[in-house]
Amino acid sequence: MAEERRQKLCSVILPTESMKAMAESVGVGSLQEDSCLALSEEVSYRIKEIAQDALKFMHHGKRRKLTTGDIDHALKLKNVEPLYGFQSQEFIPFRFASGGGRELHFYEEKEVDLSDIINTPLPRVPLDVSLKAHWLSIDGVQPAIPENPPPVPKEQQKTDSTEPLKAVKPGQEEEGSIQTKGQGASSAEVKGSSAKMVPLKMRMKPRSTHELSVEQQLYYKEITEACVGSCEAKRAVCVCNKCYLFLFQVRVNVVQNNLALLIYLMRMVKALMDNPTLYLEKYLHELIPAVVTCIVSKQLCLRPDVDNHWALRDFAARLMAQSCKTFSTTTNNIQSRITKTFTKALLDDKTQWTTRYGCIAGLAELGHDVIKTLIIPRLSVEGARIKAVMDGPVVSNIDKIGADHVQSLLLKHCASVVAKTRPLPDMVDQYKVDYGYLGTMLCSHVVKARAQAAFQAQTVNRTTLTITQPRPTLSVSQSGLSTSSGSRAPSIIKVPSSLTLMSTRPGTPTQPSPPATKYIVMATSAGAASTQQVRSVLHIHRVHMIVHSKVISVPRILIATPGLISPNIKVFKYTFILQ
Amino acid sequence: MAAVQDGPMELDTEKETKPEILSDGTSKLSGNAASGTLSSSPLTAGGAPKQEDQQTLIAVLQFLRRNKLSESVEILRREAGLEDQEDSQTLDGSGGGKGDRDGGEANSLLSRVSITSAAAPQSTLTPITVKRANEQLDVSVVLSAYSQQGDPSLYQVYYSGLKNFIESVLDCHRAELSQLFYPLFVHMYLELVYNNHENEAKAFFEKFGGDQECYYQDDLRVLCGLTKKEHLKGNEVLLDFRTSRFVLRISRDSYQLLKRHLQERHNNQIWNIIQEHLYIDIFDGMPRSKSQIDSMSGSFAGEARREVNKVKVFHGLLKEPEIEVPLDDEEDEAENEEGKPKKKKTKKDSMGSKSKKQDPNAPQQNRIPLPELKDSDKLDKIMYMKESTKRIRLGPENLPSICFYSFLNAYQGLTAVDFTDDSSLLAGGFADSTVRIWSVTPKKLRKVKSAGELNLIDKESDDVLERIMDEKTASESKILCGHSGPVYSVSFSPDRNYLLSSSEDGTVRLWSLQTFTCLVGYKGHNYPVWDTHFSPFGYYFVSGGHDRVARLWATDHYQPLRIFAGHLADVTCTRFHPNSNYVATGSTDRTIRLWDVLNGNCVRIFTGHKGPVHSLAFSPNGKFLASGSTDGRVLLWDIGHGLMIGELKGHTDTIYALKFSRDGEILASGSMDNTVRLWDSTKAFDDVETDDFTAATGHIHLPDNSQELLLGTYHSKSTPVTHLHFTRRNLLLAAGGYSSQ
Repeated sequence: MAEERRQKLCSVILPTESMKAMAESVGVGSLQEDSCLALSEEVSYRIKEIAQDALKFMHHGKRRKLTTGDIDHALKLKNVEPLYGFQSQEFIPFRFASGGGRELHFYEEKEVDLSDIINTPLPRVPLDVSLKAHWLSIDGVQPAIPENPPPVPKEQQKTDSTEPLKAVKPGQEEEGSIQTKGQGASSAEVKGSSAKMVPLKMRMKPRSTHELSVEQQLYYKEITEACVGSCEAKRAVCVCNKCYLFLFQVRVNVVQNNLALLIYLMRMVKALMDNPTLYLEKYLHELIPAVVTCIVSKQLCLRPDVDNHWALRDFAARLMAQSCKTFSTTTNNIQSRITKTFTKALLDDKTQWTTRYGCIAGLAELGHDVIKTLIIPRLSVEGARIKAVMDGPVVSNIDKIGADHVQSLLLKHCASVVAKTRPLPDMVDQYKVDYGYLGTMLCSHVVKARAQAAFQAQTVNRTTLTITQPRPTLSVSQSGLSTSSGSRAPSIIKVPSSLTLMSTRPGTPTQPSPPATKYIVMATSAGAASTQQVRSVLHIHRVHMIVHSKVISVPRILIATPGLISPNIKVFKYTFILQ
Repeated sequence: MAAVQDGPMELDTEKETKPEILSDGTSKLSGNAASGTLSSSPLTAGGAPKQEDQQTLIAVLQFLRRNKLSESVEILRREAGLEDQEDSQTLDGSGGGKGDRDGGEANSLLSRVSITSAAAPQSTLTPITVKRANEQLDVSVVLSAYSQQGDPSLYQVYYSGLKNFIESVLDCHRAELSQLFYPLFVHMYLELVYNNHENEAKAFFEKFGGDQECYYQDDLRVLCGLTKKEHLKGNEVLLDFRTSRFVLRISRDSYQLLKRHLQERHNNQIWNIIQEHLYIDIFDGMPRSKSQIDSMSGSFAGEARREVNKVKVFHGLLKEPEIEVPLDDEEDEAENEEGKPKKKKTKKDSMGSKSKKQDPNAPQQNRIPLPELKDSDKLDKIMYMKESTKRIRLGPENLPSICFYSFLNAYQGLTAVDFTDDSSLLAGGFADSTVRIWSVTPKKLRKVKSAGELNLIDKESDDVLERIMDEKTASESKILCGHSGPVYSVSFSPDRNYLLSSSEDGTVRLWSLQTFTCLVGYKGHNYPVWDTHFSPFGYYFVSGGHDRVARLWATDHYQPLRIFAGHLADVTCTRFHPNSNYVATGSTDRTIRLWDVLNGNCVRIFTGHKGPVHSLAFSPNGKFLASGSTDGRVLLWDIGHGLMIGELKGHTDTIYALKFSRDGEILASGSMDNTVRLWDSTKAFDDVETDDFTAATGHIHLPDNSQELLLGTYHSKSTPVTHLHFTRRNLLLAAGGYSSQ
């Protein structure tokens, strides 16, 4: 430190060569070494003096850059004539020349032909100074409008949240206070974790006032529109800004059982996670409850018997697994906490089928190890439970569907694990002994899984989420429910009319796609051989979301509706580019 | 330097103008102004002032004579009653005097002054009674003090001897004695330079320059460039360092320790410097801690002396003189339109409480003659009352909304902004010498018609005020051209009829907002005028500039009424106290001074900033002052006690704008770092416990609670915040020039 300072303060003087060059430029040929030395000291001192004065002008001009104008004013203070011909450009090009063992930097003064100047067309008149007003803050909260800067850069967010005990940086406090305003109770943790160990004086604002602020309402509307609507540009602006609003939406929509919107929101969360420029760690406490809700909630839609909320659960489960993978650290222990939550719910006898399904899905997505240690041992118990529903007296249809789903889910996930862990041969009886009711089916699945292994490796994309449905259910696009505002929710996935054929259940109308919607249908067959085995039609929806002007191709959901459709229909791959 | 030469020019006119406005303090002021000193002598200088005055007058006379202003010489001599004894002194410097900045000339002048003052026993050896007024005079005396040199090669030994000693003393004394390092270092270095020991000086600097506190770095940078005796003459900063004694505040115990050490070691070199160039303010009691010392130090001339801040300051607000007026009007109004009784009642209450409140700290109503209220002013007051009933009460729970005015395409460089009090007009000063005025309400700006057209108007009609306006000129903005250099500040008059602007060209201009023309150019500063500010009651205004003085003007006087001299460097910002009796100035010398308008005395010196002070704001109740500087810190001051009471850290660049909310609960600060920050000023003021001891000694221990006081940070998009303003309803307006890079 001291070294550094000393170096900075060390008096620097111009080299005597400069003096000689300057002397030559004004016509003094031979300058003695002594006079050069004396001159250079004097000149250096004067230059410093002028620079110091010029700095004053810079400060009063409220600028960060010293301009040539400042130097002129400083010269004027000293009763010296200003230097003409230098403008305050961003960049003053100095030319370099060397010769005779000397090096010289100089400012090239071109000869200008007056007639050239006269003949050149006049440049455009510069825009006049104008005044523009915008809201920097409304009741202490900075609105996210283009006039205001985007949120704090990721690096700073990272340092802020990973090193909360470090000296509080400017802006961090604000981060906390904004959230306090925006999020009410939940921000307590944020502040607590990031804003040092100072005695916290919470500034709680009743949520109602927050929601009622007109700007916030507008913002909410805008965000919803941008997310759900079809304008890419808008989405680009809005999606990135705040994720807490989405999570707020999740809560709203869970309450309202708006399946379609929930699916969008989950996709959005995925998009957020995939966005490398966002630093989500800070919002995990907001994100995870929302996602978990979507996995294990008892009811996610109005008509649980017909709507495909299972797909949502699967997708959310996968999302959960992904966030565990990305964000779990030794300090936050996300994975173990999540696992604990799921297991607890799974072990509870009273858990509903929907929740049970969610728990299993959530656990299954966490990887083979989890399946092996937590699910496979439970197979026989679950099998018995499923059997009780399937074979028992006629209970509600919902339970039956639920049991059915759980069964297929278990089979699907366990099969691959069992296939890997269990040595050949696959004996049905042995399976029955080991896994109870599900043994038989598991066995056949395992056999299939072993056979499919090779095929799957080549066809199924790693990032695709495959939801295999044992029986025909509805695709996502059919659940167009009204939003809170009462208007019809625009669907993200515009299903072209030709595809409605695949909707197998009669009586549930598919939403006709608006004529303006553009979509491109790409690729057709993906191998005839596979269709026989998969027995399913895959709709591959690829949703492009632009986040921070980066195209991220994210939730790619394969919704399989196997069953009634003739098995020789080829696998289609549709890419919808939402416009 | 500049003040020395500018002062006398105005002397005569000043004498004429002053009696009209202010009745006392005239001669004192003129005398002091002429010598460019702080005008504290009448209050504190004891027996010396008469002699001093005489000396300064002689100096002035010589100056006048040299400039062949014989008439003035005559008048001054007659008035001052001086004998002709001075005539014998020849004017050796008269031949060479052409440039204002000729250091040699100033020196010769001052050396003559010091000759004449040699008769008066200079009290330099008894530090406690020394007054600034003396010190300012004898530049050459101070410089020549360096002639009694020791062995240059021993300087390093001396210094490191002291350093070792200070490092070895007990911790409690070490912090206090460490204060000695910087002034000793500077003086020893200058001594070496003065005696032409260039190499020793360099070596000395190299060796110990790095040990100095980091906040002195700017000064050290100036210092290190200074290696020749000739440089000393021209350099004002260093000249100030010589002429003003560096003030240190040290406890008695520590001082005794130091004294004993120096005497034992016979370290006369250092002892001499301490005796001659430092002013050690000894106090009884506990030595101060390092943080206490650091919070107060950093200025060019050390801390403020305690006794400087002991003068009583009437910081209370004036009684609203027009209280009866709105009451009457209110009644009229009620009679006229059957106003709702409830509304009327509340207003009466609010005004009643105001009138009952008699602030014991308030100055006399007529301490400073204030302009009488015009009818339009009364109307405006009523508007103000009405608006203030709708005011939002701010607090930590209830932050203000901020409306940001960005200046787009301001390639001319926005340098200053001001809002009118009612937030209807906005003025911007630009580096291209123009001033632009915008109307931020739908009401457009209109000029008054030309004289010929005005003749045709029926002057008896009711709407004559409307008729005189020329509709053809209506526009949202107007440009005022007249300055010949960047406009560094603009200030609206409270009645919105005038605008002041100060510029690099050395003038302050008064513009009419009726005709949008320039009315007066106030000349006097000669060097760039950094800031100007209208009094809250109009009529008076204050300006401060590169010539290191602040001037008080009245709009109808061509010459300044007061010259506030004492700052050691540029006066960068000026503000009127809400009661108009005081003026605060901030300076590049990192101090803030409070001046009494009545007699021109400096009544407060606040030290503690580590960089030039660029913004000031009085709290609406007049008790507190906030100041912001290039170091990014806001300091809060208690005017009554003369104490620093708070430090707000958070900004990362120069703070150019400070403003208290209308009720004083929130302090808003705007900075070059593109942020507006809001601070809980109520809490900041409440947290400070000012018991008798701290009040008496000024050793305040500041709580480090900036983060708790910070209520919000709002980033703008690469737009430095140049100005902040609270509307009458407590909406915060901010303004700045958007820079595209």
